[in-house]
Amino acid sequence: MAITDLTACRMREALRRREFSALEAADASLAAIARLDGRVRAFLSVDADGARRRAAGIDKRLAAGEPAGLLAGVPVAVKDNMCTADGQATTCASRILGGWRAPYDAHVVERLAAEGAVVVGKTNLDEFAMGSSTENSAFGATRNPWDLERVPGGSSGGSAAAVAARMVPLALGSDTGGSIRQPAALCGVVGLKPTYGRVSRYGLVAFASSLDQIGPFGRTVADAALLLQATAGHDPRDSTSVPEAVPDYLAALEEPVRPLRIGLPKEFFGAGLDPEVRRVVRDALAAYERLGAQMVEVSLPHSAEYAIAAYYIVATSEASSNLARYDGVHYGRRSSDHADMIDMYMRSRVQGFGDEVKRRVMLGAYALSAGYYEAYYKKALRVRRLIRRDFQDAFKTVDCIMGPTSPTAAFRQGERTADPLAMYLSDVYTVSCNLAAIAGVSVPCGFTRAGLPVGLQIITDVFTEDRLLRIARMYERETAWADRSPPVCEARP
Amino acid sequence: MTAADLLPTIGLEVHMHLKTRTKLFCGCPVRYDARPNSCVCPVCLGMPGVLPVMNGRAVELAVRMALALGCAIPDLAKWDRKHYYYPDLPKNYQISEYDQPLGIGGFLDVETPRGAVRVGITRVHLEEDAGKLMHDERGGNFSVVDLNRTGTPLLEIVSEPDIHGAEDARAYAEALRQLAVYLGVGDCHLQLGQMRFEPNVSLRIGTGPDGKPRYTPISEIKNLNSFRSVERAVVFELARHRQEYVANPAEYTLENLGKETRGWRDDEGVSFLQRSKEEAHDYRYFPEPDLVPFVPDRAWVEAVRATVPELPQGRRRRFISEYGLPEYDAGVLTAERGVADFFEKVAGLVKDPKTASNWMMQDVMRVLNERKAGIADLGMTPEALAELVSLVKQGAINRNKGTEVFGKMLASGKPAGEIVRQDGLAQVADAGAVEAFVDQALAANARTVEDYKGGKKAALGRLMGEAMKASGGKANPQLVREILLRKLGG
Amino acid sequence: MRVDVAIRSARDLTAAARKARILPLSREEVLKVGTLSRIGLSDAEVGRFTTQLSSILDYVGKLRELDTSGVEPLAHALPLHNVLRPDEPRTGLAPEQALAGAPEASGDFFRVPRVLDEGVSA
Ligand SMILES: [Zn+2]
Repeated sequence: MAITDLTACRMREALRRREFSALEAADASLAAIARLDGRVRAFLSVDADGARRRAAGIDKRLAAGEPAGLLAGVPVAVKDNMCTADGQATTCASRILGGWRAPYDAHVVERLAAEGAVVVGKTNLDEFAMGSSTENSAFGATRNPWDLERVPGGSSGGSAAAVAARMVPLALGSDTGGSIRQPAALCGVVGLKPTYGRVSRYGLVAFASSLDQIGPFGRTVADAALLLQATAGHDPRDSTSVPEAVPDYLAALEEPVRPLRIGLPKEFFGAGLDPEVRRVVRDALAAYERLGAQMVEVSLPHSAEYAIAAYYIVATSEASSNLARYDGVHYGRRSSDHADMIDMYMRSRVQGFGDEVKRRVMLGAYALSAGYYEAYYKKALRVRRLIRRDFQDAFKTVDCIMGPTSPTAAFRQGERTADPLAMYLSDVYTVSCNLAAIAGVSVPCGFTRAGLPVGLQIITDVFTEDRLLRIARMYERETAWADRSPPVCEARP
Repeated sequence: MTAADLLPTIGLEVHMHLKTRTKLFCGCPVRYDARPNSCVCPVCLGMPGVLPVMNGRAVELAVRMALALGCAIPDLAKWDRKHYYYPDLPKNYQISEYDQPLGIGGFLDVETPRGAVRVGITRVHLEEDAGKLMHDERGGNFSVVDLNRTGTPLLEIVSEPDIHGAEDARAYAEALRQLAVYLGVGDCHLQLGQMRFEPNVSLRIGTGPDGKPRYTPISEIKNLNSFRSVERAVVFELARHRQEYVANPAEYTLENLGKETRGWRDDEGVSFLQRSKEEAHDYRYFPEPDLVPFVPDRAWVEAVRATVPELPQGRRRRFISEYGLPEYDAGVLTAERGVADFFEKVAGLVKDPKTASNWMMQDVMRVLNERKAGIADLGMTPEALAELVSLVKQGAINRNKGTEVFGKMLASGKPAGEIVRQDGLAQVADAGAVEAFVDQALAANARTVEDYKGGKKAALGRLMGEAMKASGGKANPQLVREILLRKLGG
Repeated sequence: MRVDVAIRSARDLTAAARKARILPLSREEVLKVGTLSRIGLSDAEVGRFTTQLSSILDYVGKLRELDTSGVEPLAHALPLHNVLRPDEPRTGLAPEQALAGAPEASGDFFRVPRVLDEGVSA
């Protein structure tokens, strides 16, 4: 078995037993990237020298029997909206940052280093994480490893595709409205959005501050748990990071949750859901029933129906503010010709931002502007409270909520780019988690007849990632979806 | 209604830097003398991915000031983003407090030449300062930005429009400064830009048909940085409003023209229009998602209240009533908290407030004024001064020698007793010795003696001076006078 | 595969919202919000964004259907408060590092086109 076919958990054990070195693991990952990424285009930058240097350092520690961390020698990819001081640019897939090199590491990047992970490169995304297909990247779209004509989902499409194509066993993404879970579903990997506040946002380039959260991608539930373990925890540099103890996610992972009451919101199975996706998800639910779970119909009257609308107001309002700083004054790209200061702002921003970013920044500015604040922004925040109440009520009677992660499997490149609203609806089942601050995971649950992966979304209450992972693992044990590798891995160029 | 009946109606927005070691949201030091762009970090540079974390000390100082101003501290305060594009504001939004500030509804009593005036305080809130934008002095077509000041904790204190004249506006600003310095909330060095003022000026023009007062448009004058410019700008603006109103009483009203923003050219002494109502900014305030609300614990608020010392006005009144000090002296001794504390210590040690006040006014304040220094830099403890005052009170040295010893104490740092001993300054109170000095003076100044006997009473002073001189200044002046009078024998 | 079902249902909702009297966005408003956002749009962009933003605003207008009276806005997802930092200095960046990414610098300063803070008239 090739090193790249190992899960992160298996690789970690093999490294500890010195079956192969961290340098070999890094080289295997770099070779896979070299072989596949010309077609998948998951990476915006690859730091081969840095990765090999770090891997060699880990090997020294391992050889000396020194503690080398939870992820000692495991190659990891990082979405390119997280700051790295390693000399690689942090681009957010935008022209406006103009090759900016961060002078500091994001909290999660510090955590990865402390746990011995080897960051091999930074992955593609929709510009500033705004999108659901990774087509809104200023540096070109990422392709879905299962069908290169199709999108990998987004905005963390690069990370999802890199893990799916086995270029790295683990990757970090960020999830503002589904940006981890939806690409995980479309690429057939596990992607988890932790509770808001579980992982520090320090060094994550903000899209919508009250919704953004960093989370792991892996091919298995245990791998996602491993990466979450390495990155979760309190950080005094993020005021919204919660000072709660981090449980040992791996310790009880194999213990099933019994009894298990699964809430099925009818809103997640209504019009708009692709029938094939419905069938695959129903099969997964049947597997849970066979494991003794009890199915309970619940209602989330404000989710789905109103969540997208509320989400796009809250997210764009915050984005219009967060992205105000990209103005070509202190860093980043400045327009070369300008008449005066205001003209410089106007030109730098119109040239530096892509269409989707412009749309969202303007929509947000509009929602916050005098005369519209009450009708749009404040109204959306009231609906947000209703959505959170929906979940709080539901969790009184059920342990988790399940449904499809995305209404469709991976769609074709270009299919939704002309219609922003159609693209927004890709997130119809995922945005409410972010609005309610709760945890959600997408686990592979089968394929369409065309061979495209389908994801099952599982949602639990705040700070119950340990239970969420155990519920996901119960199902995973019964299936072998993680063993399938996408065609791109087999095909020769 | 004539121009003379128009009532000046002024509110003041005052910004002051809080006395913290670090900035509001990051650990960068607050410094005024540093190399440009050397007190900065990713957070205050507004780099991608950074987050603010609130400085607890800044919150405490803000609440202390709010409490000293008699404000209520609401159960919840939060911060908001205020958006505008400017190169000295790296995020292009300022973190401020919009609708739920730290303190609301207080007042400040201000002493003016016409008596005490109470100015209502609308709100006190905590926000971040911007950096500095400077224009190229060599005439280049560009401006430059220094971000050292970016993120400095800034307290905004908004008054009610309770001020009715330029002098009062200045007195209010000065009283706020005195209070902040007293409380240790800010240093308020105006030349460092640690305190800035924005008067809102209009004239009340009687009442409308609805019985409500009517006003001329409100002029907000931005960014004044001295007490003098506050007074001058308000004088100018009031005169301008009066002129505009008299020329066009139907049009020049608040309802018609709203609020305008004006700048002030100090060298020319004129204000100028920056923005009219139509051009007003749309700041798009919304709650800062990266900071969490502040919900003060009541016990904590009371603990902060306990750190609020006796305030200048109250202390001044107490010095008058309790110690019997003249109003002027009480004012001087309470103007600065350090001076007042020093005085009270000395007064307590020598158990004689009036004598202590005399020493403070004549010796201590004189030296401080000469040196343009604060009490902390006097180089003498209250205990050391108390020893000197006691030596004089006990008659060990006379009062004039006391001032001499005071000077020597400052120069050498030695205690009073030691200086008196070493320099042989002890007062001569032995009647025989003093008589010898008097005899010496009488013998050497026969003409002056004649003058005195001839009715020139002033000659007595001259003879006393001669006798003291003969003693080297050490004779007990009381005794010199007694013996001299006896010898001149009426 | 019926990938367009979701899209079609959104279009239905958009049409319904349009019927329920929703203000479409005008070109002038798009220009205004562009200026507010310091995005200097071309004519073509103004046209495109007017259509796109109008349809998005139509869609989000569905929130009006909901009665939210008595519901407090939820700005912070978690009920955290009083997160304060000790007033202790930390090492920051040297001027060279601060200015490393600056598009233009002048000595120790960031450099920008001349900003005139003058009034329109006295
Ligand atoms: Zn800083």
